[in-house]
Amino acid sequence: MSILLKKETSILVQGITGSEGLFHTEQMIDYGSNILCGVTPGKGGQHATKNNLPVFNSIEDAKKKFKIDASIIFVPPRFAANAILEAIEQKISLIVCISEGIPVRDMKKVKIALDASSSILIGPNCPGLITAEESKMGITPGFICKKGSIGILSKSGTLTYEAIDQIVNIGYGISTAVGIGGDPIIGSSMIDILKHFENDSETEAVVLIGEIGGNMENEAAKWIKNNFSKPVVSFIAGQTAPKGKRMGHAGAIISEGSETAEAKIKTLKECGISVSKTVSEIGITMKKLLGEK
Amino acid sequence: MKIHEYQAKQILSEYNVPVQRGYVVSNQHDISETIQKVQNDFNSESVVVKAQIHAGGRGKGGGVKFCPNYKNALEASQSILGMNLITPQTGKDGKIVNQIFITEAIDIDKELYFALMFDRSKNADVFIVSTEGGMDIEEVAEKFPEKIVKAWISGETKPLRDAINKIIESLELSSIKNAYTFFENIYQCYNQNDCSLLEINPLVITKDEKLIALDAKVDIDSNALYRQEKISSFHDKTEEDPLELQASEFGLNYIKLDGNVGCMVNGAGLAMATMDIIKHCGGEPANFLDVGGAANVDTIKNGFKIILSDPNVKSILINIFGGIVRCDRVANGVIQAIKELNLDVGVVVRLQGTNADLARKILDESDIKLESAETIEEAAKKAVAMVS
Repeated sequence: MSILLKKETSILVQGITGSEGLFHTEQMIDYGSNILCGVTPGKGGQHATKNNLPVFNSIEDAKKKFKIDASIIFVPPRFAANAILEAIEQKISLIVCISEGIPVRDMKKVKIALDASSSILIGPNCPGLITAEESKMGITPGFICKKGSIGILSKSGTLTYEAIDQIVNIGYGISTAVGIGGDPIIGSSMIDILKHFENDSETEAVVLIGEIGGNMENEAAKWIKNNFSKPVVSFIAGQTAPKGKRMGHAGAIISEGSETAEAKIKTLKECGISVSKTVSEIGITMKKLLGEK
Repeated sequence: MKIHEYQAKQILSEYNVPVQRGYVVSNQHDISETIQKVQNDFNSESVVVKAQIHAGGRGKGGGVKFCPNYKNALEASQSILGMNLITPQTGKDGKIVNQIFITEAIDIDKELYFALMFDRSKNADVFIVSTEGGMDIEEVAEKFPEKIVKAWISGETKPLRDAINKIIESLELSSIKNAYTFFENIYQCYNQNDCSLLEINPLVITKDEKLIALDAKVDIDSNALYRQEKISSFHDKTEEDPLELQASEFGLNYIKLDGNVGCMVNGAGLAMATMDIIKHCGGEPANFLDVGGAANVDTIKNGFKIILSDPNVKSILINIFGGIVRCDRVANGVIQAIKELNLDVGVVVRLQGTNADLARKILDESDIKLESAETIEEAAKKAVAMVS
């Protein structure tokens, strides 16, 4: 088991012919992801990657030939929202959007369409997800993952890699690692992903990584207290971030008191959740927590 | 992106939202003529002189003056234009006033607060209004939390109508003609211009029962600037930190802080976590710097240049998690950059990920003066030790 993504999940790549899309599609193929085809409007009929995957003009065309479970999007930000909308319209169950820099107004439209559908969206502006030794949809370096029972859930790309690396180095392994993205509007919240981890028999514990901005971590902490049965180690980045400055991610900005790292750490602790003091101690904190059980 | 009050009012006017009118001046020679023009064009003997800077609390710092006649207006304009204005939001160094906005004076009956922004928790735009206008909304929230009313808009037709009706009722504006159109136009302006914040404080009711935006603060979603050509031209580079501006021209994401331990990291989350651990180890971070996914010789060289432009920096911590980018390439880039730039501050390098062992070997065997570290904590301790 794992969450959302399995070895057999059949995947389409939107934006497969762009340089990012092409590079990461080959990386995903090397990892073992079941990638069937791609879409680039206007390039239907061509082939891409070393495996000569067929390219279609639209998801609709691709679906005539293949059964598609999931789509991953590497499309420039100004076209990315329409790419997500196309995937929602075509009833793709799992959509992952890597693109960074989508305007908020476009994401509002996406969110309304998403809420009215049964699709799951991960991202945008995220590293995607990886189920260790099975499949990846995204840009996480595959070689750092070893199969195991720890789930990772994070707003940040390189912090996800850091957490995976520490968990593996300390002797555990990963079930699925999900980077949900750091934008103001994202498809799946922390609580959405925690629900999947709760129902996954393979996942025994979860690392939750948040940062300044928004209130998602506070909401997740309260939800965990009442609904989540597995051990959680958390880490919040940005304790030294000044108020009112955007720290890289579009959503990483403190606009009210509850959005600071201090406030989030306090809420997590109040909800009985372990908090790793520094980024270096995520692995060891997990080991201590699981050792106690 | 932030824009000035006079620019925000220009956009609002295009949506037929009544604003307090005026003309902008950036040159001492034009002051006299502009005051007379405001007095004539808007039929207003009294005028208001307002400093145009990207920070609130201008009145508290002496950047906004009501002037009953021409002579007062001339004196106020001459002293405000070019002054170093310190407000609660500018920081202790203040900001030079390069432009002033000279406006008509308005006969005010009542001051209200109005804002429109995106509420992340509810995934919807929200109107925030209060009958307590003219003061900071934070102050209102503290003193009279019951006087702040929020109305969420989760769609463009009926939800917008309901939200507008709710704020009209709570602000007791039902007797004001065109109140509905006023707010509807503001919403269109906010939406069509990709605003992330549209705040009017105060929004005033005049003695003759009209709604007028006395002030206006508008922030624009930077990701949408490609389709907002006119607003993009409003970008005022003099309002930005020169180093942050230069970094953005290099494609780097840099924010200057007050400490002396510089850091260069790939990824925003890891960059914040690196700043935090520097503090945890007893140091003070000098900056936030995300060099992004590429981390090649050029990005590292540019990163060094930006960090070292800050004279406070005494040591630099490089923390790169090599995923797609190989650590041995990053290591070679670091060595080449240090050689070319003749660096004379201590450098600690922590590389993890693809080919990390090979990278450490390259760093340890090089003739460059730098230290390598395996964990972030070890790296932070070393970088902090170098400055103490």
